[in-house]
Amino acid sequence: MSTVEELQKRVKELEAQLASVQGNAGPARQKIDVMSSEVVDSNPYSRLMALKRMGIVDNYEKIREMSVAVVGVGGVGSVTAEMLTRCGIGKLILFDYDKVELANMNRLFFQPHQAGLSKVDAAASTLQNINPDVTIDAYNYNITTVENFQKFCDTIRTGSLTGGPVNLVLSCVDNFEARMAINTACNELNQKWFESGVSENAVSGHIQFIAPGQTACFACAPPLVVASKIDEKTLKREGVCAASLPTTMGIVAGFLVQNTLKYLLEFGTVTHYLGYSALTDFFPIMALKPNPQCEDMYCRLRREEHNLRPVVEVATEVTEDSAPVHADNEWGISLVDENTPEDDDCSHLKLVDGVQVAYSVPVDNSTPESSTGGAVAASELSLEELMQQMKSM
Amino acid sequence: MVDEGTRKTLSSIPLLQTKAGPRDKELWTTRLKEEYQALIKYVQNNKAADNDWFRLESDKTGTKWFGKCWYVHNLLKYEFDLEFDIPITYPTTAPELALPGLDGKTAKMYRGGKICLTDHFKPLWARNVPRFGIAHAMALGLGPWLAVEIPELIEKGVVTYQEKSEEAK
Ligand SMILES: [Zn+2]
Repeated sequence: MSTVEELQKRVKELEAQLASVQGNAGPARQKIDVMSSEVVDSNPYSRLMALKRMGIVDNYEKIREMSVAVVGVGGVGSVTAEMLTRCGIGKLILFDYDKVELANMNRLFFQPHQAGLSKVDAAASTLQNINPDVTIDAYNYNITTVENFQKFCDTIRTGSLTGGPVNLVLSCVDNFEARMAINTACNELNQKWFESGVSENAVSGHIQFIAPGQTACFACAPPLVVASKIDEKTLKREGVCAASLPTTMGIVAGFLVQNTLKYLLEFGTVTHYLGYSALTDFFPIMALKPNPQCEDMYCRLRREEHNLRPVVEVATEVTEDSAPVHADNEWGISLVDENTPEDDDCSHLKLVDGVQVAYSVPVDNSTPESSTGGAVAASELSLEELMQQMKSM
Repeated sequence: MVDEGTRKTLSSIPLLQTKAGPRDKELWTTRLKEEYQALIKYVQNNKAADNDWFRLESDKTGTKWFGKCWYVHNLLKYEFDLEFDIPITYPTTAPELALPGLDGKTAKMYRGGKICLTDHFKPLWARNVPRFGIAHAMALGLGPWLAVEIPELIEKGVVTYQEKSEEAK
């Protein structure tokens, strides 16, 4: 028979073991108030602060004042968050509504024992352990729904260490809807952000810097794709939605964080668009101007605001055509075929070789295909009556 | 290229007119009415063609939709719960239709049972904003998906027939 003391000791040991198995053992080091450039093996920032001594970055410790939101904590986002954590970023705000699954284990960062946990909570716990100096907020919801979108906007607007807007939003999501939601939010809030992505065939990717009004927004053109030299028609989609490789995701996360650091700490040049084709090791880069006829009203507004500001940068063109904003289409009774020939408005984009739009959208839908269904006529019935009619069918 | 049958089905669904999303207040109500009108017409078309295959309803705000869809294979009717939210970016982006009951059972799904769409869907949707609505997403997205995936899932034994007390319909 053991004594109470012995049992209590045993309980403590087992608790400690359990905590380490679950990956939430207490921080392994104390918080550090001021980044030191002293080169001792106990200083986690010595190699980063060396960037100052070498003249690469003027003021590395400024990173401690920076707040970055990472939307999507999957294959790209989790690695992005880890890099920023190790760099000593001031604050990270994580958004995702997914859980860790064993099917994610071909990617970096998450570990099998975290399966079933929410990605943001699992990530926050690992990251906090890596660097207790970083303030980490985690939000477990889908930003594209009406109620969550407002919360998302408010958090971006007030989430910095000083209660103001975050310095940068990084989009690491895997779908068009979420990218468009981030684009909508950032255009409305006049918030600078990076879009990033990996293709569903896992062999190409990109990052794109978006400063509302100054560079093309995500809605300015159909999604851009890096030519993969694979004939899309031979691409087999039977039986799977998407493939993924830790390599491509790691490379894209690396590009994303590299340009984030350049932007935040003001060194080097920030690339507007950087593509990556894995099969040919091809990296096209280009600058992208906003589309004056962008569908997003706030994009057009930010562009006008920007054009009113005195030109400080080495801007090359101020003479853009002042074509009227989309005269609303006379939609008529028609639907447009996906195979309409390329007669669209992407010429303004001046795409670099090797980058193309995923599909084209005609400027005016004047050559549509006829539809026998007609257009819906204004209904005499109220919404409630229509809902009832549908219900009773 | 969308197949001829889908194309014909699509073109018999009335097109919508109002470009409005759930954050647009009154205009959204107008859009919702159009959504219901198009859906009602589509279900009527399906019934007339002896191909009635789904029912849908929404909450009052019109942002949360739920219902059932079914697929007949070897004279047996397989029924699935269907649900989706209307994103704030609608109708620029299509709703992501989900069959939560099949989540994890097929690789042709994303998390939460959201169905994987063909390469035709997004270009066609993008070219028809704002004329395409929920009814079009059903015809162009879910219809073809069920036709390809369900027989396969039945073959593999992943989906099995559930005896149901015969409903009025
Ligand atoms: Zn734009």
